[in-house]
Amino acid sequence: MPSSTPKHLEFLKRSTRALRGGGQKAIERQIAMGKLTARDRITAILDTSSFHEYDLFVEHRCKDFDMDKKVLPGDGVITGTGTLSGQGVCIYAQDFTVAGGSLGLMHARKITKIMDHAIKMGLPIIGINDSGGARIQEGVDSLAGYGEIFYRNTKASGVVPQISVILGPCAGGAVYSPALTDFVFVVDQISKMFITGPEVIKTVLGEDISMEDLGGARVHTEISGNAHFFARNELECFHQIKKLMTFLPGNNTKRPIPQAPAPPKAKYNVEQIIPAEPSKPYDVRDIIKAVCDNSDFFEIQQRWAANIVIGFARLNGETIGIVGNQPLVLAGVLDVDSSDKAARFIRFCNAFSIPLVTFVDLPGYLPGVDQEHAGVIRHGAKILYAYSEATVPKTTVILRKAYGGGYIAMCSRHLRADFVFAWPTAEIAVMGPEGAANIIFRNEIAAAPDPVAMRKQKVVEYTEKFANPYVAAAAGHIDAVILPADTRKFLLHAIQISKQKTESRPRKKHGIPPF
Amino acid sequence: MTEQPQTMRTLLIEDREYETLYTGKFERRRHYSIPDPKKLHCVIPGVILRIHVQPGKKVQRDEPLLILEAMKMQNDILSPIEGKVKTVHVEVGAMVPRGTLLIEFE
Repeated sequence: MPSSTPKHLEFLKRSTRALRGGGQKAIERQIAMGKLTARDRITAILDTSSFHEYDLFVEHRCKDFDMDKKVLPGDGVITGTGTLSGQGVCIYAQDFTVAGGSLGLMHARKITKIMDHAIKMGLPIIGINDSGGARIQEGVDSLAGYGEIFYRNTKASGVVPQISVILGPCAGGAVYSPALTDFVFVVDQISKMFITGPEVIKTVLGEDISMEDLGGARVHTEISGNAHFFARNELECFHQIKKLMTFLPGNNTKRPIPQAPAPPKAKYNVEQIIPAEPSKPYDVRDIIKAVCDNSDFFEIQQRWAANIVIGFARLNGETIGIVGNQPLVLAGVLDVDSSDKAARFIRFCNAFSIPLVTFVDLPGYLPGVDQEHAGVIRHGAKILYAYSEATVPKTTVILRKAYGGGYIAMCSRHLRADFVFAWPTAEIAVMGPEGAANIIFRNEIAAAPDPVAMRKQKVVEYTEKFANPYVAAAAGHIDAVILPADTRKFLLHAIQISKQKTESRPRKKHGIPPF
Repeated sequence: MTEQPQTMRTLLIEDREYETLYTGKFERRRHYSIPDPKKLHCVIPGVILRIHVQPGKKVQRDEPLLILEAMKMQNDILSPIEGKVKTVHVEVGAMVPRGTLLIEFE
């Protein structure tokens, strides 16, 4: 069509108006807050020129409160499809410059339409949240919109990867869409997530708190565990999203795209990380980096429940999910938060057929009234459930301590690990030597002329007899005692030969995990 | 608010002391104390609307002691024990956070 025809000019006029979003002033305010505009965010995340926008001309239908006189370009949300590292994705971004990104009926319909596409076409969905919340003028229609989104988040769960990016306020009911998705990204000073804001808290409860301290990026990545990735600015956040996506398949019937295999970097020497003394700490991430391709470990929820480490890496170019106890933090114990963190990750990997590798070094569950009262029984059960339920290839490496309930929980043979390897430093026992000696030899210790010396002797005896991998190896609970230097070799082989793994389970509608 | 203070601490588990870092949450955990039945604490933040008792008043178990408005609801706060009021620690109109000591019994 020649560009001067009236129909062409009409199109240009309409699209230019819609693409302007909330107008120059609102855009300037957005930028002054350190934020990019919604459309810029999408183009920054996706491959260059790959974004295709739909529903640009959608208009709201609200007539109440003079809304019929208001034009809201795109109804405050931008939706479309594009590619990320060559793989198709569906994406939407709320536009804060248009009525504060508030969610009305048509706004929600644009989002649910692109979500339906994602489910139908087996594409990951990325949602960028930057919204003041429900559009109050649209009343219950706006609530209906949220409900429709939550329903689709649940429907898509385990079918396509779902990513939420919080780049502005995301408050009240709106928080539940991110909460239902697989990975939540937040940015310092920009992201704000809460159910009730500081003002309500002040009036109802008389408690003074800033928005940042209530629901800022640090809070959700360090205290609540609601978010998975913390970034200092939006560009760093987009870089993290791009990197995460390289590890993920497009949907639950596909495999992640393999990368070129690469050996670990020489600076991580697997033989020189673990201290001989079982009560001394080390960073389990050094072990992970010493065995995975290119020493490239992409950690998830790094700052929350740091006593367990989860994340993606590659072995022979293929994505694996890693879970490891972290002796550097709280001695690597399992507790309410770390069980919750690991269990959700295990279920993600299982849903998307990503093999699991577990590194074990823990003294057990964390003792304490606070833990018991917080429901460590129920939360701790999640990790047992998740591992038992998972049918992906499961390989476990016991590095050092594997005591009691902790041993069972960390993907033991009994929860159907396919391969369990143990280093010669492994101690697989019902409890640590000190605790065991104090119980088993209580009478002898009490009756001895020198109880302290007797206790010491009994601890040594117990250590010699039980604090090793050979009792478990003799029973067949572990498959091989391996030298640390052979770990990568054993893992590569285990992953390679379990590729065709099938494991049948009784038919059921779904299980009932303890959440 | 930093989750990992970078000083090594010790953690006792099954008679062995582990050298390790604490998380912020672990550091801030509430230490348990045995509840004193003679002290009535506020379980939800709110505003004191009315006080029915004064020091020296004998009360029955489940007798209303005061009205606390919280979450837009007027809540009757009942006596957990049969006893005599020793001290009333709050006044009408006071905004009280959770855990505030409201009334002490003799």
